[in-house]
Amino acid sequence: MAVKDQEPTLLTEKAADVADRSVYKEEALETMAEARQRWEKASARAEAQVPFWKQDFTTVSGMEVPHLVTPEQTADVDPIRTIGIPGEYPYTRGIHPTGYRGKLWTMRQFAGFGTAADTNARFKYLLSQGQTGLSVAFHLPTLYGYDSDHPMSFGEVGKCGVTVDTLADMEVLFEGIPLGEVTTSMTINSTAPILFAMYLAVAEKQGVDIQRQVSGTLQNDILKEYIAQKEYIYPPRPSMRLITDQFAFAGRHVPRWNTISISGYHIREAGSTALQELAFTLRDGMEYVQYGIDAGLDVDEFAPRLSFFFNSHNDFFEEIAKFRAARQIWATVMRERYGAKSPRSWMCRFHTQTAGCSLTAQQPYNNVVRTTIQALAAVLGGTQSLHTNSLDETLALPTEENARIALRTQQILAHESGVVSSVDPLGGSYFVEEMTRRMVDGAFDYFRRIDDLGGMVEAIEAGFPQREIMDAAFAYQRAFEEKEKLIVGVNAYQLEDEPPIDILYIGDDLAEKQVAFLSSVKDQRDPGSVARTLDALKRGAAGSENTMPLILDCVKAYCTVGEVSDALRDVFGTYEEPAVF
Amino acid sequence: MSERRLRILIAKPGLDGHDRGAKVVARALRDAGYEVIYTGLRQTPQQIAAAAVQEDVDAVGLSILSGAHNALLPEVTRLLREQGAEDILVFAGGIIPEQDIPGLKSAGIDEIFLPGTSTKAIVGYLQERFAAVAAS
Repeated sequence: MAVKDQEPTLLTEKAADVADRSVYKEEALETMAEARQRWEKASARAEAQVPFWKQDFTTVSGMEVPHLVTPEQTADVDPIRTIGIPGEYPYTRGIHPTGYRGKLWTMRQFAGFGTAADTNARFKYLLSQGQTGLSVAFHLPTLYGYDSDHPMSFGEVGKCGVTVDTLADMEVLFEGIPLGEVTTSMTINSTAPILFAMYLAVAEKQGVDIQRQVSGTLQNDILKEYIAQKEYIYPPRPSMRLITDQFAFAGRHVPRWNTISISGYHIREAGSTALQELAFTLRDGMEYVQYGIDAGLDVDEFAPRLSFFFNSHNDFFEEIAKFRAARQIWATVMRERYGAKSPRSWMCRFHTQTAGCSLTAQQPYNNVVRTTIQALAAVLGGTQSLHTNSLDETLALPTEENARIALRTQQILAHESGVVSSVDPLGGSYFVEEMTRRMVDGAFDYFRRIDDLGGMVEAIEAGFPQREIMDAAFAYQRAFEEKEKLIVGVNAYQLEDEPPIDILYIGDDLAEKQVAFLSSVKDQRDPGSVARTLDALKRGAAGSENTMPLILDCVKAYCTVGEVSDALRDVFGTYEEPAVF
Repeated sequence: MSERRLRILIAKPGLDGHDRGAKVVARALRDAGYEVIYTGLRQTPQQIAAAAVQEDVDAVGLSILSGAHNALLPEVTRLLREQGAEDILVFAGGIIPEQDIPGLKSAGIDEIFLPGTSTKAIVGYLQERFAAVAAS
């Protein structure tokens, strides 16, 4: 969806104004430039004597890294208007004035496997160990709108996440967990309205005041499904309609709920660079905003409930620059491009997960170190919540012990490292500000290219982000195979014989049990209500009625995830991507 | 050489959407001179076996990271055998625990590549296998 190109003034002011706005006097700038020249000469002399030990000093994304950034090079980065102070537009230094002194980030470990009862036990364990929020991983059939007894579910039940077919499973999943007190994030996209409805139905049964107490997040980011994670069901346009229906419904009835978590995580895992992750994620966010506005919603009513989800990879400063740039860019586009008036609409709040794709199956204990570096970058980048991966991520779903080590990693950062004491401690670093600026400029370049294609939906339909990511993934693989990038334990410092480690093993007997349970739920429900609510949903979806209350009626009648998805498949059709590589 | 280029089907069985590895391998095999056909996502074993037979491929590479390998991979080789296509070489890659590898191999999966494998290793493996077939 094309939007008239409104250049953000903050980011386009160039050198002419630099001397005016510079914090340094002109003579000081000259002295600094002279000092830089001295350094360049000294560095060249030293390199002539001792050549650099490698040629490639790019980031893990292949981004050029400046050898040294000197103060006059960032003298035009306005310390007030561009960097600013925490809690103030453009939020480069963070959205909260107090940083982590008021509240630590939420430690939210993504968990889900086996039956609802298995995952309920893991949730209770993690909460007992000091975790502060829940995050649900559903198994693949639930993500794709199939029940456990569907032929496509063969072999998949409970493997990649928790099995949820009906409200009955959801009741078990949250049994004994007070939904008025804990916040829950659910990684669910195509079937998000169904799982959201089930969550609300469970909260209602617990007697929780939905309007005032229920809080959490749906991932619900369908655009990145077409781009990267590929868990789509319906074509892009009806999928966007389901999302705007949820914006409108939650805005009225569940005001503390984050209806979408616009996700770069999967884009990065699919092989993108850090810059592509940043640019495509924020541009996806802008597309949701535009669709919301086009659906007649007031931007300041739904924008404050948009949240983001980023990856944190190994290249420490590149990641920190990415997080700081994300806040600055989002604030700028929300205010200048979409005319949002409320500061809450300008704030880019985000969850971070450390990079699964950076972990190695070889010498897996080294993954704890990688995860620590990545988590530290996320914290220094000002994340609102964090998931740290377990060391056995490349082998299986985590064991309880490895899940605990991952959580302890966050607790050590919070309570021992001291990094939480000062807000944005790297702000003003010449290097970090220069890297942040490069991220911002690079993202706006991508926005222009996507706008030229007509918008993000159009860009996805044309395969643009998919191709960019694929090319980056291939370039990285090449660099790894040529040993331009070393991965410890994989293409350097390998071990001949590695002892195996214990992993979580999910057997295949679970599927039978689950199918039997599903069948007993179907036997006990009222077939009349099932038929009536599904029929009402089909009629609503074919028209323009908000689908969310209709889906709520379906799940309360114990319609299955598959039945509700099939009703929508009948109306919306399904999507197939062109199989290109 | 005038002989026909060897054909390889790269397939994603089941619901797993992780296609980075499959696509990187597909591109590397194409660059290595093979004719590569990629099925796209969410293929049942029936669809994969049918595509392998119909396209008359020399090898099938299965990529799976979802944990459903024990159910889905042996089903592909069983269906190939059923259709008299047991001469098609079947290899796999993804997140597969060591303890599952012997069972998969005895079900006819010739080789299993784990995370961190270079595409060169996969190309080298195929060259060796195809050379052995040509010599026999």
